[in-house]
Amino acid sequence: MKRERAINAAVVLAMLVVPLWAWMADEPFILTLATKVAILALAGVGLNIALGLGGLVSFGHAAFFGIGGYAMGILASHVQSYTPLMEWPLLIEGSKSMPVIWVVAMMASGLAALVIGALSLRTSGVYFIMITLAFGQMLYYFAISWSAYGGEDGLSIYVRNGFPGLNTLDPVQFLLLCYAVLGVVLFGAARLARSPFGLALSAARQSAARVETVGIAPYRVRLVAFAISGAVTGLAGALYADLNRFVSPTMFSWHTSGEIMVFVILGGVARLFGPVAGAALYILLEHLLGGVSDYWQIWLGLLLLAVVLFARGGLIGTLAGREVAHD
Amino acid sequence: MKMVKLAALAIAAGLSAAPGLAEGVKVGMITTLSGGGAGLGLDARDGFMLAVKQAGRSDLEVVIEDDQRKPEIAVQLADKMIQSDKVDVLTGIIWSNLAMAVVPAATAQGKFYLSVNAAPAVLAGKGCHKNYFAVSYQNDNLHEGAGAYVTGAGYKKPFILAPNYPAGKDSLTGFKRFYTGELAGEIYTKLGQTDYAAEIAQIRASGADSVFFFLPGGMGISFMKQYADSGVGLPVVGPAFSFDQGILGAVGEAALGVKNTSQWGKDLDNAANKAFVETFSAEYGRLPSLYAAQGFDTANLLISAMDKADVKDADAFRAALEAADFASVRGDFKFGPNHHPIQDIYVREVIKEGDVITNKIIGVALEDRADAYAAECKM
Amino acid sequence: MTILLFVEQVLNGLQFGVMLFLMAAGLTLVFGVMGLINLAHGSLYMVGAFAAAAVAGWTGSFGLALIAALAAAAAAGALIELVVIRRLYARDHLDQVLATFALILILSEGTRWVFGSFPLYLDVPVYLSGPVTLPGGIQYPLYRLAIIAVGLAVAAALFALIAKTRLGIQIRAGEADREMIAALGVDISKLYTAVFALGAALAGLAGALVGAIQSVQVGMGEPVLILAFVVVVIGGIGSIKGAFVGALLVGMTDTLGGVLLPQVFGLVMAPSEAAALGASLSSMSIYILMAAVLVVRPSGLFGAAA
Repeated sequence: MKRERAINAAVVLAMLVVPLWAWMADEPFILTLATKVAILALAGVGLNIALGLGGLVSFGHAAFFGIGGYAMGILASHVQSYTPLMEWPLLIEGSKSMPVIWVVAMMASGLAALVIGALSLRTSGVYFIMITLAFGQMLYYFAISWSAYGGEDGLSIYVRNGFPGLNTLDPVQFLLLCYAVLGVVLFGAARLARSPFGLALSAARQSAARVETVGIAPYRVRLVAFAISGAVTGLAGALYADLNRFVSPTMFSWHTSGEIMVFVILGGVARLFGPVAGAALYILLEHLLGGVSDYWQIWLGLLLLAVVLFARGGLIGTLAGREVAHD
Repeated sequence: MKMVKLAALAIAAGLSAAPGLAEGVKVGMITTLSGGGAGLGLDARDGFMLAVKQAGRSDLEVVIEDDQRKPEIAVQLADKMIQSDKVDVLTGIIWSNLAMAVVPAATAQGKFYLSVNAAPAVLAGKGCHKNYFAVSYQNDNLHEGAGAYVTGAGYKKPFILAPNYPAGKDSLTGFKRFYTGELAGEIYTKLGQTDYAAEIAQIRASGADSVFFFLPGGMGISFMKQYADSGVGLPVVGPAFSFDQGILGAVGEAALGVKNTSQWGKDLDNAANKAFVETFSAEYGRLPSLYAAQGFDTANLLISAMDKADVKDADAFRAALEAADFASVRGDFKFGPNHHPIQDIYVREVIKEGDVITNKIIGVALEDRADAYAAECKM
Repeated sequence: MTILLFVEQVLNGLQFGVMLFLMAAGLTLVFGVMGLINLAHGSLYMVGAFAAAAVAGWTGSFGLALIAALAAAAAAGALIELVVIRRLYARDHLDQVLATFALILILSEGTRWVFGSFPLYLDVPVYLSGPVTLPGGIQYPLYRLAIIAVGLAVAAALFALIAKTRLGIQIRAGEADREMIAALGVDISKLYTAVFALGAALAGLAGALVGAIQSVQVGMGEPVLILAFVVVVIGGIGSIKGAFVGALLVGMTDTLGGVLLPQVFGLVMAPSEAAALGASLSSMSIYILMAAVLVVRPSGLFGAAA
């Protein structure tokens, strides 16, 4: 545990030092990249609750990421066009306030995760992977043809949404806001893992039968975990939409699900800071290799392959040695 | 107001960081260079860079990045180019959905955007911007040309189809703007669909006398091959996208005889075009496509404006762009009030020239066509 | 809609289904025998199509092109198995997903590096081109009938292989009990390479057959891959029979859904709106089908209980 803690500290330090340097050197794009890392890491932390703790390999988390994004897009676009979201039976206006958007995004994606989870958790193993993928694809095709909100074109929000007391248009302030959200969620995830609920979830992953004998229904525990996981990823989706000031059906595509999963595996499954390290490494590679050649994805692929084959347990797992994960 | 202030700050920062570069123009090109759609981006890039090379100017610098055809990536690249590379002009985007994601934010920050291809309706109408120029066309133009051609050729019952996404719907709307007669059928297919057996069967059963389709990229290749093999044999009309040089090689003889509409053809008779086709073929070892021609024109428009004004003086530079004082490969070229071209839309026929399948211009579908949205544009 | 048009659409659905079966068969075998999720299966389909297009371009022979597709995909499959995949059998599904995701990137961009960024040309051979008239007066492309025939023949051969041959017995034994079969002295690593190469060859064949009537381009395998996964899961993992039934179900749902739904909506709406709404729903239809099957039968139609 000691080494993992040291590595976590190093990750946090890097996450702070790099933007500080970028801010001093007047490299605003590095700030944007750091913000992207924090947001994608948040999506990974969400997935890790289902994946690492619960052993639920979801290949459809893009669904929740996209729902979060569209929650932001829909709410903000109504403000932008001065039209209410709904007039009947009661008048609901859109919103440009991040806290409101976040709550709506988490509720919507959590609810979706509850429904998708309730159906998907009847299956297990590869079937579970594939049925979650199917739900993701369903929403992807739905978003493409939902012409009221732009269809494949997506929605552009011209000005970033606001947060009370902050100027979110300032890259540094938005970065710090995203760091704060990530920090709070990481803290929550760590608490969750050690709570009775987290222990039950972990136990259900290792042996469902054993949990049942002590009177806990694994299905219920997993369902709740899946909903929490979806809600966190949905929150990340809303932030990602705000980073780009744009949402599109690409957020729902199976590539997005794959990438979120890659962050988690790359960093280390079931490691608290795994998704953070994984997202940071992936974005760094994407950024650096993009300039190397037109065929940069070959190199990205080779590097990913090398990590899976030779660095088991992901980045943190390899560095920390074969210590057990934090459960 | 905050945005404007920020943009002003950014420009000021750019000036103070690199005082020596104040004279030159830095261009950020965001285009698709990997994956299935890479051919289009490569052509646009190569056409653009050919003109840059020919101009041989030391005060013109181009930064090129791959958007992977993902709108979110395109947005982030635009941020990077504006914030880190401090570009003055953005260009390169092929796909409308990516343009919708990038253009409004970039122009709001005071950057110029010159489109080498995508020109969605919103950006020509309500969402137009003084710093946004579509050098290619307005998205509906080629479809409108097809509608006009079908009307003029005397077809009475065309069957029309396009993918179920915004550009597909715009396409059929554009067609119907210039063809108001009876339709044998109207179908929206899945985006990315590769098998059209079901649609072809419907066409056969519909009693149509002609077919109009808009299926960009691989979708069009699949459709044409399957259509030719089905023996339906009705005359086919489409926009140039599915019959362009990069794609014709893959469609093969199945495309022979098809009429398609385009604002450009490699046999357009003007000096600039002849020189372009010759130098492009010599430089890259392939015939230029529509996208290459658009990239080439875009770069030459930019260079013509650089001759007249400093990019830091946005009003003067904009006026220089509006004048469009360059030798377009399309011959006459001018911008309408909403910064979209007013140009002839030609009808081309797919023919075989020796061993090469290519296009020949056979007539004009629409003369001096502007677009349907200019009236909505308040600059 | 006339009955003839309906019959033609059923044939289209059948042809699509048969093609999906070629993809899904390899996937389900690899799932079943080695317990491996292979996201790169679609890339092998692409390899087959590109090999066929290249050889058809050089020799002008479609027959040689098909052989080349089989050989290239099988060789690529065997190579991938030897270098990468065999290190993944003992890993969990997560590592397999990540590694084969990386393989997609490498194979897609590698293909683009070798063959360029533009789609390749591959056409139906002259002796199979054009339509034929079926009983009842349906005009139907001969080539599509040929795909149906080849697909059904491959399915029959595969059933025979699994049921009758030594390799088939080993495959079935491998699905039932992986440790046991090694203990019985079967060279398990050779068996795995063979199964993987067989699955790859079938995908390559599908790629070449379909490449002749579609676009041979980078990334062509991905949409098919997702559909093949849907097929495998609906049919039940490891079951060739399930893959066959699942493929036909998906093929029919996709084709008939796309045709019938807009017409149904057309009864109550304007044609443009009905076309758009019908198209949206039909894109989602196979995923709805899959979710429905799994909710009722969590291990697919013919899968052993998980």
